Amino acid sequence: METTIKATNLTKSFGDFTAVDKLNFEVEKGEIFGFLGANGAGKTTAMKMLIGISKPSAGDAVVAGYQVSNQAELVKKNIGYMSQKFALYDDLNIKENIQFFGGIYGLDSKSIEVKYNRVVENLGLQDYAKQLVRSLPLGWKQKLAFSVALLHQPKIVFLDEPTGGVDPVTRRQFWELIYEAANQGTTIFVTTHYMDEAEYCDRISIMVEGEIKALDTPKVLKKEFGVSSLNDVFLKLAR
Amino acid sequence: MKKFIGFVQKEFYHIFRDKRSLFILFGMPIAQILLFGFAISNEINNVDIAVLNKADDKNSIEIIENLQASKYFNVLEELQSEKEIEKAFQKGKIKAVVTFEKDFAKNLQRLQASKLQIITDATNPNIANTITNYINSILTKYSHISLKQNTSPELVGTESRMLFNPALESVYMFVPGVMTVILMLVSAMMTSISITREKEVGTMEILLVSPLKPITVIVGKVVPYIFLSIINATVIVLLSVFVFQMPIVGSLSWLALESILFIITSLSLGILISTLSSTQQTAMMISLMGLMLPTILLSGFIFPIESMPLPLQVISNIIPAKWFIIILKSIMLKGVGFGFFWKETLILLFMTFVFLSISIKKYKIRLA
Repeated sequence: METTIKATNLTKSFGDFTAVDKLNFEVEKGEIFGFLGANGAGKTTAMKMLIGISKPSAGDAVVAGYQVSNQAELVKKNIGYMSQKFALYDDLNIKENIQFFGGIYGLDSKSIEVKYNRVVENLGLQDYAKQLVRSLPLGWKQKLAFSVALLHQPKIVFLDEPTGGVDPVTRRQFWELIYEAANQGTTIFVTTHYMDEAEYCDRISIMVEGEIKALDTPKVLKKEFGVSSLNDVFLKLAR
Repeated sequence: MKKFIGFVQKEFYHIFRDKRSLFILFGMPIAQILLFGFAISNEINNVDIAVLNKADDKNSIEIIENLQASKYFNVLEELQSEKEIEKAFQKGKIKAVVTFEKDFAKNLQRLQASKLQIITDATNPNIANTITNYINSILTKYSHISLKQNTSPELVGTESRMLFNPALESVYMFVPGVMTVILMLVSAMMTSISITREKEVGTMEILLVSPLKPITVIVGKVVPYIFLSIINATVIVLLSVFVFQMPIVGSLSWLALESILFIITSLSLGILISTLSSTQQTAMMISLMGLMLPTILLSGFIFPIESMPLPLQVISNIIPAKWFIIILKSIMLKGVGFGFFWKETLILLFMTFVFLSISIKKYKIRLA
């Protein structure tokens, strides 16, 4: 298997405080990797280093074939990102959003047109194409944001709590999109607080106080900790 | 480059779809300039005054006629005694009373000081001052023309000439001021708000994760406002020239160049504000309280800097608007060349440099 993310002793400290302490892990191509942890465990800091907007204090990570410490620009080109806050422009319509984001990733107008048609068709948004994104329901916006993050066919997509505040049905649909992308070979790196979502992941890691305390498939982890749900695994570790 | 154009296009969508910012951008300058032009004026016209003429002789009557004949005053009442003065003011219509002593003309003839008193309603000190000055100048003129043969030394008036603004039109004062305030408002406030909006909504994060360079993001956000500010400056200049007959004595190209410099200074301030604040609300408050008020109050736009207490005079030096107003006045009213405002230009350049360096440093810290 091909490795798309490889962290080696990845560390970030702010003064005396070590937010992320020597992370070592690998993620394979097409894998759905759940990145779990309580608030303040260092998830966001670790993710910021992996997506190239924060420099590691020590150690390094290779993401999509490039080092985050000194090839951040190349890393950025080859990944997609969607954050917990909804992150399309509210006052632009669907087409304008896709044109803009396609444009900043260097797609030409022809392929943007093709992708736009495909996205609108896939999500069934034909009737809403000219509407400002503001007027769409949150669930649709999230799905649209995910499709936009995939526009430039990145090797890896980073999803930072992508389904916050979304109803269970839409969440389910959202995960179908994730599976589809993973099946086509895109690596998915996702943080979440929903344990049912964690169950959908191929492998999960649980961060506690800056370190990864557990990393395996949900099944193995439950067995290892002798509990019936990931929720209990999480609680056992986080305490 | 293509990415950059796409970015600027997106920025224009934001601006043109937001009615509020459109209003601030285009409604405000026009409203402000018309307001300042028509409503807030230091000039006086047809002010009602009263006279108390105890002399009732040739000279006093002539002076009263002169006052009445000027377009500034309207002699509404002839009072009979000192007691009526206060009453006249209390009624509120009369803004000034001119009294002549009993032997006014006789004293004049005898080359003695003759007494004339001007009493003004100083509830509005600015107007009271202006009225006094106007009456004085009418008196001086009168003494020059009518009393040539026996000018008493006491009545020799001072002759003042108002250079660069001979008619003391207040338009001349406020056009540079309003232009400064508006360019500041549009450039600094609007950019800081539009950058913090991206932070607040979360799109800034997406932009930072994208292959766009941070500098492209910032320049892309700023360029539309440079365009709009230039349009605004042009509108203000056109309005003041064609509606208020403001002359522009100096070179138009210097006017344009210096305006662009000031726009860039304000934009860099806006960028600085946006690095300091994380929400639109904060950005707006900092812009309004920290920029607009000092710009209006301490730049010499409304209140002359020379008459401020020393600490405020010192503070006024760090306000970019002060220097731009000096430049504008030099170009528009005095018509002098670059030799006369290169210092102010350098100061603005230096300020821009400082604002930008602090912003870049702050930005880097955030990214590290």
